[in-house]
Amino acid sequence: MKFVEEYRDPELAKKLLERIHRRSTRRIRLMEFCGGHTVSIFKHGIRQLLPQNIEMLSGPGCPVCVTAIADLDKAIALSRLPGVIIASFGDMVRVPGSRSSLQQVKAEGSDVRVVYSAQDAVYLARDNPDKSIIFIGIGFETTAPTVAASILQAEQEGIDNYYTLSLHKLCPPIMKAILDMGEVELNGIICPGHVSSIIGSYPYRFIADDYHIACAVSGFEPVDILLGVDSLVEQIEKEEYKVEIAYRRGVKPEGNPPALKLMEAVFEVSEADWRGIGIVPASGLRLRERYRRFDAEANFDIKTEPSHEAKGCICGSILRGINTPLDCRLFCKICTPEHPIGPCMVSSEGSCATYFHYGDGYGG
Amino acid sequence: MEDRILLAHGSGGKLMHDLIARSFVSTLGNPILNKLDDSAVFELEEHGQLAFTTDSYVISPIFFPGGDIGKLAVCGTVNDLAMSGATPLYLSLSLIIEEGLLIADLERIVDSIKQATSEARVKIVTGDTKVVNRGSADKLFITTSGVGVVPPGIDISGANARPGDKVIISGTIGDHGIAIVSQREGLKFKVPVASDCAPLNRLVAEMVKTSANIHCLRDPTRGGLATTLNEFARQSKVSIVIEEANIPAKKSVLGACELLGFDPLYLANEGKLAAVVAPEDADKVLTKMKQNQYGSEAAIIGEVAAEHPGRVIMKTRLGASRIVDILVGELLPRIC
Amino acid sequence: MCLAIPALVKSIDGYLAEVDIDGVTRQVSIQLTPDVKVGDYVLLHTGYAINVIDEVEAEETLKILKELSQAQ
Repeated sequence: MKFVEEYRDPELAKKLLERIHRRSTRRIRLMEFCGGHTVSIFKHGIRQLLPQNIEMLSGPGCPVCVTAIADLDKAIALSRLPGVIIASFGDMVRVPGSRSSLQQVKAEGSDVRVVYSAQDAVYLARDNPDKSIIFIGIGFETTAPTVAASILQAEQEGIDNYYTLSLHKLCPPIMKAILDMGEVELNGIICPGHVSSIIGSYPYRFIADDYHIACAVSGFEPVDILLGVDSLVEQIEKEEYKVEIAYRRGVKPEGNPPALKLMEAVFEVSEADWRGIGIVPASGLRLRERYRRFDAEANFDIKTEPSHEAKGCICGSILRGINTPLDCRLFCKICTPEHPIGPCMVSSEGSCATYFHYGDGYGG
Repeated sequence: MEDRILLAHGSGGKLMHDLIARSFVSTLGNPILNKLDDSAVFELEEHGQLAFTTDSYVISPIFFPGGDIGKLAVCGTVNDLAMSGATPLYLSLSLIIEEGLLIADLERIVDSIKQATSEARVKIVTGDTKVVNRGSADKLFITTSGVGVVPPGIDISGANARPGDKVIISGTIGDHGIAIVSQREGLKFKVPVASDCAPLNRLVAEMVKTSANIHCLRDPTRGGLATTLNEFARQSKVSIVIEEANIPAKKSVLGACELLGFDPLYLANEGKLAAVVAPEDADKVLTKMKQNQYGSEAAIIGEVAAEHPGRVIMKTRLGASRIVDILVGELLPRIC
Repeated sequence: MCLAIPALVKSIDGYLAEVDIDGVTRQVSIQLTPDVKVGDYVLLHTGYAINVIDEVEAEETLKILKELSQAQ
């Protein structure tokens, strides 16, 4: 695969690792913010290849993991309304809410369809004019523009039975919130690659300027991740903190302006409820007034019972980087991929699922 | 002549008898089946232990690139027999048909069954037909049971893997899985990949003739190669270490996996086998496999070790190791 | 997060494009990359092209990496 295979070259990876080993002299802590980076790091065994003095932590960049349980309960409540088809990305279907999951309500008779694309949900609406199609909008700034585009498409094509439950969240605000919580000390952050393809690198400048933490925007192949780590090590050793784009073929400093414009036309910034963290101001997206007719929350009567987390689940502190899955009493014993208790085990890129499937990253 | 299956076709009356005669016996007929007795009665000329297996097939869509539910139903059961080292002989064929299925589609599937049984050199000797109300079945469900004979001296089992053994895969992984997923409503992508559905009994026969030290055989169907290797590791209480770079896969299958977020190790294969072979025979078994059309891309992908029993470990291209777990849940397309 | 893979744009029809990933083809939306041209590679995320891949930068990155390889 072009633009992918070349960045899996073991020889190039080896050379980068050698340079990282050579240059890295101090004990440092790096956070890979994005779930996709977590999976890639584990899949390729990068943790065990880096020098011992570099500690890697996983952050809350997993849209499934951070979807508030109350929001998931809303989606489940919507699925039970007559005439509703729920369209969802596959990732959400098995996540346990307070009492059920989309997969479970599907087995009970609700119409829940897995879609690959928000556009497919629009087509579903077009093909089922007598139903209401509600698309569960999760994802960060990579996905939000696609959902915005789907709403504009529905508007243009006169489709009036397409709705979205906007659960989108924003990366730079949560990164600031995590840093402000002061629970973890970081020297560098591997910034999300595809979120940055949309938003560019400028939004992370505050991390380098105000918090003196090195930033590297990285891609997802092993060589890409190592380029990111290499940049962070260099910055930290020189004590010169900036936001470097290591993923140059995919990210420009200004991001993707047309995509940003589209996103801003349809959505406005709002507070958001982050599972395990709580309400964070100005960290989410909701539909603008002009597009309220596409808003599931505004158009449907959603009745939910009080939400509650499962006892013993520490996904919250795992998402904040304070604990690892190995610290959780439920991990592997009660909480497994077959019977997940919390979102970090269900999501294919959640820390717990990653540890379970790939080991602790050190071959164990 | 009706062009669709009606409930009456399953009621035991004239319509059903006509259907059986016209659509099944005329195509699949053989001396045993033609008797249409309640049981198929036959003698076994071969000596050895009996192997007996059963499977149900509910795949949707029933027609897919590279095959259909009929071909799958024959090959799946033939392969299960072959994986024990048995020579497959006779199959039963049970159909549960949804009211409204086009008779032309049914006959197409029966033709497909005929072709598959001819290639595998097995016979359908008994069968059953039921028709259920529209909505009570998804077009067509098929159950096949099969008997075969395991020649004396052959002992192939998932529990026989020993440290030092080599692990061989007979060809590219994930073809069937991706071919089916690409037909799934709503995913809307096209792949130039067909299901690899095929009968593997002749391939197995050649392998067994070449070496008396084939310890394990299994076809990695649902759950993929990862699940099969984990089963071997657990049953034999060993670990299996595989090399990522050695696992054969088609470029377009890998591309589709990237697109949807699938790991090809978990995709179903319907015309491939995983073999665990004593190290001294691995090369000659591999050479023999490559001479068969269903083994032309066979490769040694790893070996059996004693440490970490029950685990499957993969050495990545970068030289690091990671665990390969069994499949959990369903493979669903993901955004993350 | 965010699986996005490089895909080659084979044809464009309004705000839709047909893309190819090693033989796998799909119709995708180019609403987010209105200036894309046939022959470009795009980053494909959930059926939308989210950016055009900068091939010049890709070459540069590989060049730098290869130089690193040869230097040692």
